[in-house]
Amino acid sequence: MLSRTAENLFWLSRYVERAENMARLMEMGYRMALMPAAASGNRSEWESVLSASGCAAGYDPDAPLRQEEVANFLIFNRDNHSSIINCFEYARANARAMRTAITAEMWEALNNALMELRRPSMHNLAKNELPEFIDWVKKQGALFRGATDSTILRNDGYDFIRLGTFIERADNTARLLDVKYYVLLPETSMVGDGVDNYQWTTVLRAASSLRAFHWVYRDDYSPHRIAHFLILNPFSPRSLAHCSEQITQHLERLARHYGQRHSVHRQAVEMYSLLTQSDMDEIFSGGLHEFLTDFQGRNRILSLAIADAYHFGGQ
Amino acid sequence: MFNEMSVDDQIREPYRALVDWMEASGPEVLEQKRLEAETLFRKIGITFAVYGEGGDPERLIPFDLIPRIFTSQEWRKLDRGVKQRARALNAFLYDVYHNAEIIKAGIVPADLVFRNDAFEPAVIGIDPPRNVYSHIVGVDIVRTGPDDFYVLEDNCRTPSGVSYMLENREIMMRMFPDLFKSLRIEPVESYPDMLLKTLKSIAPRKCDRDPNIVVLTPGAMNSAYYEHSFLADQMGVELVEGQDLFVHEDRVFMRTTRGPAQVDVIYRRIDDAYIDPLCFRPDSVLGIPGLMNVYRSGGVAICSAPGAGVADDKAVYTYVPDMIRFYLGQEPILNNVPTWKCGKPDDLKYVLEHLGELVVKEVHGSGGYGMLVGPASTKEEQAAYAKRIEADPGDFIAQPTLSLSACPTFVESGVAPRHVDFRPFCLVGDDVRLTPGGLTRVALREGSLVVNSSQGGGVKDTWIMSD
Repeated sequence: MLSRTAENLFWLSRYVERAENMARLMEMGYRMALMPAAASGNRSEWESVLSASGCAAGYDPDAPLRQEEVANFLIFNRDNHSSIINCFEYARANARAMRTAITAEMWEALNNALMELRRPSMHNLAKNELPEFIDWVKKQGALFRGATDSTILRNDGYDFIRLGTFIERADNTARLLDVKYYVLLPETSMVGDGVDNYQWTTVLRAASSLRAFHWVYRDDYSPHRIAHFLILNPFSPRSLAHCSEQITQHLERLARHYGQRHSVHRQAVEMYSLLTQSDMDEIFSGGLHEFLTDFQGRNRILSLAIADAYHFGGQ
Repeated sequence: MFNEMSVDDQIREPYRALVDWMEASGPEVLEQKRLEAETLFRKIGITFAVYGEGGDPERLIPFDLIPRIFTSQEWRKLDRGVKQRARALNAFLYDVYHNAEIIKAGIVPADLVFRNDAFEPAVIGIDPPRNVYSHIVGVDIVRTGPDDFYVLEDNCRTPSGVSYMLENREIMMRMFPDLFKSLRIEPVESYPDMLLKTLKSIAPRKCDRDPNIVVLTPGAMNSAYYEHSFLADQMGVELVEGQDLFVHEDRVFMRTTRGPAQVDVIYRRIDDAYIDPLCFRPDSVLGIPGLMNVYRSGGVAICSAPGAGVADDKAVYTYVPDMIRFYLGQEPILNNVPTWKCGKPDDLKYVLEHLGELVVKEVHGSGGYGMLVGPASTKEEQAAYAKRIEADPGDFIAQPTLSLSACPTFVESGVAPRHVDFRPFCLVGDDVRLTPGGLTRVALREGSLVVNSSQGGGVKDTWIMSD
């Protein structure tokens, strides 16, 4: 397969996943802001969302940090590289540059999503009915993944699509968890009180994992278990451990398919072992934020190693 | 004006079954079908961008549901005439890059060839595989009467539109299965296979295996990008951009996830000027540095061959009948449109005096841009155009305004005749092949003679009835 095609497939699925996760981040901010005691946090929810999105640098420093402005920035701002509309634009542009490598169903899912998103009525929906808009975005991600899952050949192209999905998802789950860090109450005494727990469950909710959590733990929420669910639990579809497992498997498939191994294979296995061998006590005592920052760094390096191994970017 | 469907209220034979069917179905069914067809086109994503107009870069080219129909007898003449032309044009190209016999014989003026922008000194003396330069020849043909066909121009570089021929047929077969069952219409679907066969047959001499073929596109922003990806997909070959290819030693490779893979035949949809920044335009980012060196040493085949454009120049066009006589020793089966060359003083005088009745074109123009359609122009436009001609007469040719044939077409007020032309696609490699069909373009505006898709023209399916 052409390296450029592989690269397009990889980024196409990253952008779809990113759009969806941007929506999940906003869902979390929206929920946290509904909490009456919210104002007692050391930073506002929407400021936290902005920080966790990784796009804060592009935000007008004079603009208020309110839902309307931040959401508009994260959804429709054309100068924000990771805004939802840009994610869909880039995803579709990547798809269009290699129409023959994806199926008609996948193309239609992307094409329709962008066409709808470009409609002026979507601005009103996002402004007045943010939760509904968020659902719409999540649905587009589901449609695309469903179309991919049921129509595309299970060849190397499929592996690059899945690699993109899980690299991006791992990054985004780490960011979701980090929002919690940014809103974390300064006084240790407040950790574990009502506000704190509410915020933790919000993280779960944004990861669409509220019910799954109960099935797995059959117990109350605790920061410890929630973090475990999203970081180390291999059964949780958005956990770092699951993403890492999937990345390892798809790289392994590529190695078999091509009969070639690269340093990226070793790096992926290392990352996976890190997640299978850690426990939450260790992570918390070393600092959750520090752990997540370190993970995001490794994940970025892994992404670059994939690009390097398969000659992305005209290498 | 010759109406291809009916003459003196008599329905012409090839259209009889269609007319019966249309009358039996009624206007509502037809309108319904028309809407269905448009939805299908959008869904498939067949679009065409118009350069320099802004707006939707992926807009649809209008598709007209009523087919244009030729009898098998009419087709036989077109088939022989187009193949004859494709052979002569290739013989001419080989000649001008070798001994230039046709110039020595005093038939074609030397300046016209050697001082032509499309003449490529870099390929003088090189023998491309099978001595073929133009592997896909698109011949634009107009009709003025039952037996009167004229060639308007030849396209020897990278004629586009063949994807419409194929997709239009797909849509029509979905829309009108009954008609296809009851009529015997020649299929066009083998075109991609024939194209692949042609490309395989021109593998370079250093290639000692099943050749690896690619389609080279300038990218998704190009107006014909849909066609590039469509053809690559239909042939099952990679669609590459310049950045995917590189030259190493004396071969061309593409970058793949497994590492470099050697490429043998490049069907390029990029102009000569852009294919190799080392040889041609140094500012080109679309091309592959060093490609021409590999080509010259027989390490890769390029389709169409660099330099092929000199044969489809509008001034060279006027000599094609002479080429047919000179190289093939035959009389032309298809005639040229009578043409005045403004480079000749007598012709120039005539053209300037008759601007109001002529169509004047730039010799190097394409896509219907920069032409003057005399009868449709104002005095001011004619005066301005006359100044341009006088400034550089050699750059212009003129032709009479032909009374182009018309075919029934859906328009807002119902069904009305609209002018059409025709572009069949002839393949030249180990053999000369022509799919029974082609692209019929239709000028949708009433009275308009400009059929270019870049100027609001539409397309129709073209049916060749089988015996």
